[in-house]
Amino acid sequence: MTPAFLYALIGSALFALGLYGLIVHAHLLRKILALNVMGSGVFLVLGGLAGRTPQGAPDPVPHAMVITGIVVAVAATALALVLMLRVRATTGRTVLPDGRGN
Amino acid sequence: MEPATAASNWGVAIILLPLAGALLAFLFRRAATRIGIGAAVATSLAAAALARTVIRDGTMHHAVGGWGAPLGIDLRADGLSVLMLIMTATVGLAISLYAPAYFRGESRKPEQFWPLWLFLWTGLNALFLSADIFNLYVTLELLGLAAVALTALSGRADALTGAMRYLLATLLGSLAYLLGVALLYHGFGSVDIAVLAERVEATPVVWTALGLMCAGLLLKTALFPLHFWLPPAHSSAPVPVSALLSALVVKASFYILLRLWLEIFAPLVGDGVGELLGLLGAGAVLWGSIQALRQTRLKMLIAYSTVAQLGYFFLAFPLAVAAGVTAWSAAAYLALSHALAKAAMFLAAGNLIRFGGHDRIADLDRVVQRLPLTVGAFALAGVSSMGLPPSGGFIGKWLLLEAAIAQGRWDLVGVMFLGGLLVAAYIFKVLGYAFTQANVLHESRAVPASMEWAALLLAIGAILLGFMASPVLALLGVGDPFNAVETMG
Repeated sequence: MTPAFLYALIGSALFALGLYGLIVHAHLLRKILALNVMGSGVFLVLGGLAGRTPQGAPDPVPHAMVITGIVVAVAATALALVLMLRVRATTGRTVLPDGRGN
Repeated sequence: MEPATAASNWGVAIILLPLAGALLAFLFRRAATRIGIGAAVATSLAAAALARTVIRDGTMHHAVGGWGAPLGIDLRADGLSVLMLIMTATVGLAISLYAPAYFRGESRKPEQFWPLWLFLWTGLNALFLSADIFNLYVTLELLGLAAVALTALSGRADALTGAMRYLLATLLGSLAYLLGVALLYHGFGSVDIAVLAERVEATPVVWTALGLMCAGLLLKTALFPLHFWLPPAHSSAPVPVSALLSALVVKASFYILLRLWLEIFAPLVGDGVGELLGLLGAGAVLWGSIQALRQTRLKMLIAYSTVAQLGYFFLAFPLAVAAGVTAWSAAAYLALSHALAKAAMFLAAGNLIRFGGHDRIADLDRVVQRLPLTVGAFALAGVSSMGLPPSGGFIGKWLLLEAAIAQGRWDLVGVMFLGGLLVAAYIFKVLGYAFTQANVLHESRAVPASMEWAALLLAIGAILLGFMASPVLALLGVGDPFNAVETMG
């Protein structure tokens, strides 16, 4: 097993773990964190698979994708946190009203 | 580096114009409405110019900054992209004419609405022009974030929780899609759709990527049973935003799914996956329509009607195996006419809410005499949604029926007929109340003429589409987006 494959495997595990957290937890902060764990998992897969060439330098394109992805994730997390605070300020609770869906 | 052609200049312009408008409207808040309308008109003109050059010269290719794939970003516009861009421009322009009167008198709403809406438009245009799957991810996220912020615009509790649910669903969908992109890049060393189409093989990695990308996009398209987030988000947003979300935003993820399916996945998968999508589509048509019929609030009814109409697009997947061009043209035609009809319905609903101060269907109180244009718009949009001739919805459903009957798929024919009957039932439920006296009297408020006309013009557009089958189908033939499947079938 190459290190690159190991990273990708751990990334997939993080993705699955985050998905589990997103579905199971009701608190919005936990859901947002779970999405961030999933995102880190995807980035780890991208970064790990970039080193797949046995010889020489790793592939730079996935790294560019990870950087773009991080920018998107930061923006999305900021929006999610603001929205969460507004939900709390308006409804007094930090969970979504009913149990349907996620 | 290729010399810049007229088409590629217009292609760049329709991304930069709304982006510049969004930034200017954000910076100069007092002039936000004027800047917004100016940007909307300019973007629509650029979309028309792009359509003209693409029809004349064929598919547009543009390498942004002269870099080109694989390192740079490529833009591409064939008939399908141009059709989506024209759809966005038409609906966008009508909503831009509707919004100023809708937000008049509310102090901070216009300056929040315009930058977000123009960002949304930028994201949509960039998405329909993208030629690589990673750029599609980025545009999908731009679109999603702007759409969520717009949903929360009113700041009421139901809008905030609707937006939160929408955000969680859309981010989950994007991450699943991105993991699929990572796997495809790993397998084939490119994110360019055309390059992937040549290299891709049926390996376990591709199947995993297909599953992840389809699941993510279906969640974003709100295909039954992944539609749970759509009705609360679309019904709690301000009316112009509801219209944008239902008419345009759900089409964006459907467009990506269609592109990936046509160019990358269709040659690999057997009939099974298409059948599954068709089954979910049939479920959406029936379940969405029944739910729409059960609603007591007008905006909820229209939101569930979107869930149902989205199902029709997916009926094309099982039919495309043997009748590619007919089935895909039907799906594209249905997407176009649904965009016009659904936007008209939401805008008409907005007028009724403005007039009566509520959206309880049972208390609609004989609005037909006092808002004839609005009720007319609702009825015409309903005609197109039912698929009655002459209307855009009729042409789309006719093409779909033709493909289904030719293949002896009577199950799908039955779903389409039943779906049409259910649409008729919930449209007449609303119209029936509009013609009768309500028990309770309400204070009524005047509705500005621009709001009535915006709804009516969109509805008339949905009907006129019924007479425009040949130019639209000719446009869809540019660049031959559906051919890959036909040679398979």
